[in-house]
Amino acid sequence: MADIIEITEKEPAIAFGKEEKKLLTDPINENNPITVQVLGVCSALAVTTLLNKAIVMGIAVMLVTAFSNLFTSLLRNYIPKQIRMIVQLVIIAFLVTVVELFLKAYNYPIWKELSVFIGLIITNCIVMGRLEAFAMANKPWRSFLDGLGNGFGYAVILVIVAFIRELFGKGSLFNYKIIGPTAEYALNTSQIGWLHWYVPNNLMILAPAAMFVLGVLIWLQRTKYKKLVDIS
Amino acid sequence: MGDLLNIFIKSAFIENMALSYFLGMCSFLAVSKSVKTALGLGVAVIFVLGLTIPMNWLIDHYLLGETGLFKLDLTFLRFIIFISTIAALVQLVEMVVEKFSPSLYNSLGIFLPLITVNCAILGASLFMITKEYNFSQSVSFGLGGGFGWALAIVAIAAIREKMSYSNVPAPLRGLGMAFILTGLMGMAFMGLMGIDPAAF
Repeated sequence: MADIIEITEKEPAIAFGKEEKKLLTDPINENNPITVQVLGVCSALAVTTLLNKAIVMGIAVMLVTAFSNLFTSLLRNYIPKQIRMIVQLVIIAFLVTVVELFLKAYNYPIWKELSVFIGLIITNCIVMGRLEAFAMANKPWRSFLDGLGNGFGYAVILVIVAFIRELFGKGSLFNYKIIGPTAEYALNTSQIGWLHWYVPNNLMILAPAAMFVLGVLIWLQRTKYKKLVDIS
Repeated sequence: MGDLLNIFIKSAFIENMALSYFLGMCSFLAVSKSVKTALGLGVAVIFVLGLTIPMNWLIDHYLLGETGLFKLDLTFLRFIIFISTIAALVQLVEMVVEKFSPSLYNSLGIFLPLITVNCAILGASLFMITKEYNFSQSVSFGLGGGFGWALAIVAIAAIREKMSYSNVPAPLRGLGMAFILTGLMGMAFMGLMGIDPAAF
């Protein structure tokens, strides 16, 4: 215990240098949790039919990864190795419950739409993955940044997928009509969106389209960054 | 009885957990490289779902509900209780199987710890609550969902095995192709939407 205190005294507990910045920015592209680490795909795809659902989900996951990383890192020296999984799960479940109750109280319609997927953040592999890979071996502040960065990388992919799916599937963004014919078209001609000949493609709203969009995103990313290419 | 069969067919084919709710995608993509391991994981999922769903149903109704043991509405504890039940049960199953059937343990063993954090397990428990199933309906839902998930992972593993002989563009190899294949399979499963489960 003695040398741990010594080290924290030498360097300030909350520093923000080059390495800390790397922790935040790395997961956005080169070490993205969804497209590179393949974690947390489970809940990522189901909530991407609408942009505002995706943003709420992204923020929720960001908070949960950041704080579960922080708490686990604070407790890392006291968690017995054999039961660490259950301890981690309880920490995550506690945070998810807080987020869920908050959403239920302040934004009921979104809570209703996300339904079980808020609860499924618990088994979102990103959270567990980061706890195991990072928080169990690093100091609290860094773990917090790592969690924040990974949550953000997840949120970015979610928003991109949701943008494409909502725009082409419903012709809207944030529930505002952007392209395609509007329902009010016949009554009020001033309501015509751009490209009013475009008929929204219903497939984009359905489950398989999320897979295609994500597959193509991975394809594009790996075309640009050759070192990510799967050799096997 | 027809009602239970109806739920089984619906949860296995029409609302397939992997392909239409994306549950358990992490292990779905990671373990679907060969049919043999995929089958092992699939069987383990059916097994664990068949155990955890009735268990969580009983806990939810007799401990957490307002009519339960404590006469309090404790439903806000659902997440913590459910995930602990699943983790504990998986651990217990692992120990029992190891003791009484070493051969089964050898084939299921490595997948059991993976299953605790499989979204399909927790997801099915949460869906059972939102869909307000009674006990026997929940059991049927759990088994059907597990069967559908196992079917999907075995099918995708078979396709991916064959895929290794194909000339896929390098950046799309592996993960990218797995996503697109899953999407195509999802479209195929959507064809089953036309089934009217009430006919059974």
